[in-house]
Amino acid sequence: MSDTPVVVAVVAGHGRFADGLVSAVEQITGRGAAFVPVSNTGLSPSDLEALIGSSLDSTGARVVFTDLPAGSCTMATRRIQRLRRDVVLVTGANVAVLMEFLFAAENALGTPVGGLSNVAALATTAADKARHTIVVSGG
Amino acid sequence: MSLLLYRIDDRLIHGQVVVGWGQPLALKFIVLVDDDVASSEWEQELYRMGVPPGMDVYFHSVSDMDTRLRGYQDEQRAGLLLVGSIDTMQRLVVAHPALRTVNVGGVHFAEGRAQRLRYVFLTPTEEATLRDLQTRGVDVTAQDLPGTRPMALDELLTTRQDG
Repeated sequence: MSDTPVVVAVVAGHGRFADGLVSAVEQITGRGAAFVPVSNTGLSPSDLEALIGSSLDSTGARVVFTDLPAGSCTMATRRIQRLRRDVVLVTGANVAVLMEFLFAAENALGTPVGGLSNVAALATTAADKARHTIVVSGG
Repeated sequence: MSLLLYRIDDRLIHGQVVVGWGQPLALKFIVLVDDDVASSEWEQELYRMGVPPGMDVYFHSVSDMDTRLRGYQDEQRAGLLLVGSIDTMQRLVVAHPALRTVNVGGVHFAEGRAQRLRYVFLTPTEEATLRDLQTRGVDVTAQDLPGTRPMALDELLTTRQDG
């Protein structure tokens, strides 16, 4: 595995959502640089779409994690998907799904024949695992 | 119940609308009035995916509303009418003079627009259009979320933010 941080995904959401998630990943794993945070604050729909698109283009990442299924970052990413079929969108992101995806992607990158040829499958597996981290107890 | 809010928001359906307003107003439907969206199945599907279960969304052109607005106003459910531009809202108001309130919820930066609030940027033409609505008796206020103070048009147009 290279020492150079590889960006595996863009994280986009309202306010400082993305910054917060990425800082949590950094604190827990030291791998926050694997994600590019994007905020929708103050951006028009077209500017937001352009920012997410340029973040994907400049890093080579193909996955976008967003907060709300109805959020403007989700809408912007769906518009990008219309032109770029290889882009994968994961809504309802949390710290757990980012870490699951990060380690799965790093393992795939470290496998000579693996690469990141199937990021959709990696993202789906990560989402399935992370879903179970939402637990209610007490009361 | 009827239509509780007539909102201008260039993001159309997004988090502030379906959650920020949707929860406190217990919204059950959104009427999205936009000529482009009304003529595009793909655009409609995009916005339909953003609406939570239990909330309906209806897509119409401005001219559709000639025959549909009254029906939505007479609904027993709580609804919100949404347009993406000041111009579209003006067309609605001209066609439906009984429309009395307009919420400016999001008009974001574009070339030629000056910043009035964090979420409101206006060209001189857009300012004049909002003034026109006011002249027609419409109460125009800027308010992004239910918990923030509604700002009357006169104050909005004398407020200027930089950066």
